[in-house]
Amino acid sequence: MPEALLEIDRISKRYGDVVALRDMSFEVRAGEMFGFVGSNGAGKTTTMRIALGVLAADSGEVRWNGSPITFETRRRIGYMPEERGLYPKMKVAEQLAYLAELHGSGSAAARRAADVWIERLGLTEKRDEEVQKLSLGNQQRVQLAAALVHDPEVLVLDEPFSGLDPVAVDVMSQVLREKCAEGVPVVFSSHQLELVERLCDRVGIVRSGHMVACGTVAELRSGGTERVMVDVDGAGYGWVDALSGVRVVERQGSRAVLELERGVDDQEVLRAAVAAGRVREFAPHRPSLTELFRNVVTEEAAA
Amino acid sequence: MTAPTSPSGSTALSPARGVMLVARRELRTRLRSRSFVIGTIITIAVIAAYVGFMYFMGSSSSHVNVGLTGQATAVAEPLKTASKAMGKEVDTQSVSDPATGERMVRDGDLDALVVGAPGALKVVVQKEISDELRAALDGLTRQQALDARLAEAGLNPVDVNREVANARVTVSTLEVPDPQQDQRKVLAFASLFLLFFSVQTFGSMVAQGVVEEKSSRVVEILLSTVRPWQLMVGKVLGIGLVGLVQLVIIGGVALGAAIGADVLTLPDAAVGTLASVLGWYLIGFFLYAMILAASAALVSRQEELGSVLTPVLMLLMVSFFVGFTLLRNPGNKLVEVLSLIPPFGPVLMPSRIALGVAPAWQIALSVGLTVLAVVGIAWLGGRIYANAVLRTGGRVKLREALRTE
Repeated sequence: MPEALLEIDRISKRYGDVVALRDMSFEVRAGEMFGFVGSNGAGKTTTMRIALGVLAADSGEVRWNGSPITFETRRRIGYMPEERGLYPKMKVAEQLAYLAELHGSGSAAARRAADVWIERLGLTEKRDEEVQKLSLGNQQRVQLAAALVHDPEVLVLDEPFSGLDPVAVDVMSQVLREKCAEGVPVVFSSHQLELVERLCDRVGIVRSGHMVACGTVAELRSGGTERVMVDVDGAGYGWVDALSGVRVVERQGSRAVLELERGVDDQEVLRAAVAAGRVREFAPHRPSLTELFRNVVTEEAAA
Repeated sequence: MTAPTSPSGSTALSPARGVMLVARRELRTRLRSRSFVIGTIITIAVIAAYVGFMYFMGSSSSHVNVGLTGQATAVAEPLKTASKAMGKEVDTQSVSDPATGERMVRDGDLDALVVGAPGALKVVVQKEISDELRAALDGLTRQQALDARLAEAGLNPVDVNREVANARVTVSTLEVPDPQQDQRKVLAFASLFLLFFSVQTFGSMVAQGVVEEKSSRVVEILLSTVRPWQLMVGKVLGIGLVGLVQLVIIGGVALGAAIGADVLTLPDAAVGTLASVLGWYLIGFFLYAMILAASAALVSRQEELGSVLTPVLMLLMVSFFVGFTLLRNPGNKLVEVLSLIPPFGPVLMPSRIALGVAPAWQIALSVGLTVLAVVGIAWLGGRIYANAVLRTGGRVKLREALRTE
């Protein structure tokens, strides 16, 4: 059996004069969690809706296990739309069983699956309540259950973490990790970049409908200039000006982040720091995904 | 190659099963909904109250209690005979004296008290005397006067009366009169109203359901697994069946009550009318429901629904009001023509059938044209629906919705 693989291949979509997507490409493999980040309106939701066949692309192709995705294969995707979609007046258990049946499960299997996910996501007490009467957080859990209830082979989740309390975030993360470990490729979009950094194996950063950076967080970090974080007691940072190819990027109290141009030896910098004062801290500085995101997005904007 | 089955053993969904699942959800959730149960109960209560009222009116207006005292007791039998000829049942009873009789009239135990000699009858009533009773009593008094004069003139009143009774005008009718015209009109009105009411109620329910799915975005999840036409047909089918269930309940109860209470004495025609209403409801509902579903797909929120529904419901309303003309003039030419063509036919034709004024070829033509229209609308509506149902945000223009993707 071929390994599960979801490929988004050079998808473009325009609305009149507005380009929503331009050659959007990425792929997600079995057991991989892919984080999809970008500013509002960058094209994340459009990409996901095209993958689900809810929207038609102008050009490009979505492939599942090597073949273009069809109506039948789409049924194996678990989807959580950005704007939540459930029948407001339908009871939780009935609704989940109905969605499972629509995705091809038999009646008995559908009810069983609904019960499994209701219990797993802590909704047991709410199983016979109408969805509209639940809190937003609980509605979100039902929405996740709706994406999982037919035991999908791929998960495509648009902003699954938005509006969740910390406990629900943990439950959701745990479920996604488990699915991932079962070999299900998972794609989700989020603005919570720390969460993406913590959970995802790979990250794609989108800007204006185009993928501008894609890879593991470590890969995204490499290639940039080297940075070090120093904390030198009392002396200020005037000494940095004497070093060529080094500049202060950021200062926070007695700490500073220095950017070293290629070829500059960090040991030289350390010696200069020791000469300047009492060094409390000297460490390579790894930019967070948030900083990477900011850099990527602003670099492109400037270009 | 793709894996043939998913781990849960789920299989490919056949189009028919997709439609069935959607329809079953509509049936289950709506038949159990409070609005359906309450709506049906209220309608039945209204019908029961109406039939009861008619029954009460019928029994109280056709039965009159008349007290007779003294010489007047002699007119008891002739009074009954004369009243019956005018469609009034009179019950007579002897009263010992006029004072007692008057008290009984005042208390409402008697409708009228008759005193005096047969040639000079007097009536005591509480407020007013019914026209039939007055005419019957007048006739009796005149007969007495006539008999007396005849006897004076030396003629035998019995012979003269027999001769007079046999002399009458000969009537020849150009059309066969229908003695049950009034009841047929009741049936015609009932079918007109039921069709209008059901198609409007359940048609609007389809439209609201479409917008509910669209505004709650659940349609995005649904359409990732069923095709738009399956969703639309399933919804129309499911809600159509809900309406049929209500129509059968209401129609059955109304019919049973009306026949049981003797308000309706045409059981065959009534059952036939109910059957025709059910049949016409189905095709009429499909026609309107699919137009309404496609129209509703053009808007994104319940608040915008009115603007696209009004033109469609207007057609239905026009059919309903035009149908009233039938009750005054069953042979109306305009109604006859309109009853042949959709979208008016399904509302108007059943009334004409109930009135017995629709020839078979017209019924067949109307059914044929409506079925054709349903097929055409299903194709066109399905296309509009498919193109519009996923476009949220604003109102989709009809022209855009018709464009092929």
